[in-house]
Amino acid sequence: MQGIIEILTAPQTIAYAVIVGVVFMGLQIMAAVMVYAERKVAALMQQRYGPYLVGPKGLLQPIADILKLFFKEELRPKAADAFLFTLAPIISVAAAYLAFAPVPFGAPTTFFGLLDEPIKLQVSDVNVAVLVIFAVASMGVYGIVLAGWASNSKYSLLGGLRSSAQMISYELAYGMSLATVVMMAGSMSLTEMVDQQSGYWFGFIPKWYIFLQPVAFFVFACAGVAETNRAPFDFPEAEQELVAGYHTEYSSMRFAMFFMAEYINMVTVSAVAVNLFLGGWHGPFVPATYGWIWFVIKLAFLLFVYLWLRWTLPRFRYDQLMSFGWKVLLPLATINLLVTAAGVLYFGL
Amino acid sequence: MASDALLFYLFGGVTVLGALAVVTQRNPVYSVLSIIASFFGLAGLYVLLEAPFVAVAQIIIYAGAIMVLFLFTVMLLNATREDAAEWDRSHPLYRPFAVRVGGVLAVLLALQLGWALSRTSGLGVPIDLDRPAVSSVQELGRVLFTDYMFAFEVTSILIIAAMVGAVILARKRDE
Repeated sequence: MQGIIEILTAPQTIAYAVIVGVVFMGLQIMAAVMVYAERKVAALMQQRYGPYLVGPKGLLQPIADILKLFFKEELRPKAADAFLFTLAPIISVAAAYLAFAPVPFGAPTTFFGLLDEPIKLQVSDVNVAVLVIFAVASMGVYGIVLAGWASNSKYSLLGGLRSSAQMISYELAYGMSLATVVMMAGSMSLTEMVDQQSGYWFGFIPKWYIFLQPVAFFVFACAGVAETNRAPFDFPEAEQELVAGYHTEYSSMRFAMFFMAEYINMVTVSAVAVNLFLGGWHGPFVPATYGWIWFVIKLAFLLFVYLWLRWTLPRFRYDQLMSFGWKVLLPLATINLLVTAAGVLYFGL
Repeated sequence: MASDALLFYLFGGVTVLGALAVVTQRNPVYSVLSIIASFFGLAGLYVLLEAPFVAVAQIIIYAGAIMVLFLFTVMLLNATREDAAEWDRSHPLYRPFAVRVGGVLAVLLALQLGWALSRTSGLGVPIDLDRPAVSSVQELGRVLFTDYMFAFEVTSILIIAAMVGAVILARKRDE
């Protein structure tokens, strides 16, 4: 008993609990911020005002939205499969949160000297982090597919089917681009990969993998947008053809959970891209202990690119989506993988 | 360690119950979900064996890729519940033919298990921990492309043959 209390009150344990809490709440807040940012960026690009009534500059709009969703009625179609209908949004959100667990977001820190030993700024440091993220991300598709099936509605089913077809098609290219970077780094731990990107070439070009592997970054970005079902790859919820796709029959918080999952997935994909290609928390002007500031800046930029894409590009046609995935991205990623393998083998990149 | 044993029984239970649920479910979608749960239990067992790579590969390949295809097919064909005809409300597994075949298989399995157990030096003997463990990805890759090269390549040929066969079977005849 004494031992357990000692472990529970150890500074390391408390620091760990704080990190878990920060990641959990941070992701939730990011989702809310993204809802606001999405509407504001959309308004900017369409020369509108966007939300401006609730709070200064409409900043309290996400809170109003969440309150509204809480008090909406939970509807469930009579013919729906009750168990899976409830399970589907839970799977989506759980997979979204879980995928962020192995993502580091800053250099090891002692919290301004509060701890004796520095602690890593990530929930769980596994040595196959890249694969864990990939595996958990591939679980998220079940939420969407089951939502489509359990709703017992033709629009939902079509959305779910499209989603699974799309995920299968783009997962390969996604995995190939990850494998390329893993090969360059010689490690699957994200912390080690980030540390290899510190330093500069010629004193001013940062040693980021995006400069060594632009093709892999392009493939990763395309596949990442497709994996998160965002425009121009937002087929599972194409409004004009499928009403709202897989979440047509959902309302209230169940509906909100799907959206939370979507935004959290965007954050995770962007965070992984920052760590793999953009040097993670390394950047100039900021001491290493404050590296998370750079991480947040890079993350915010990538998230803005997400919104930028959505409001700039029209949706692909379905056959274009498939041929782009299988005939462009996958061969490109494979050739890039082979070239990189040769480079690593013969030139020791 | 006690927590290890506890986790072992937890994951083992999930694996076995999931596998049982696959065959006892009437709804094919639930069967697919049960097998995914079973795969997760297996992945947990691999983690307990300190083989995180195998665990993650299990989830990516089986739970992630293959079962999505299964689910896709089940939904696309709109496979309905296996409801029996009016005159026969029994579960498909209780029908005479299934019972007989299953009985023979169960007896064979029990015999095999007994034989395997009689050959081991005894239960509860810890495995030789001094042997170099193949757990890291680098080590696994090295072993796969040196010691097990032949088996690895033969497997890939087998998979390609299966794939070509599936494509030929599924292709529409032109004439």
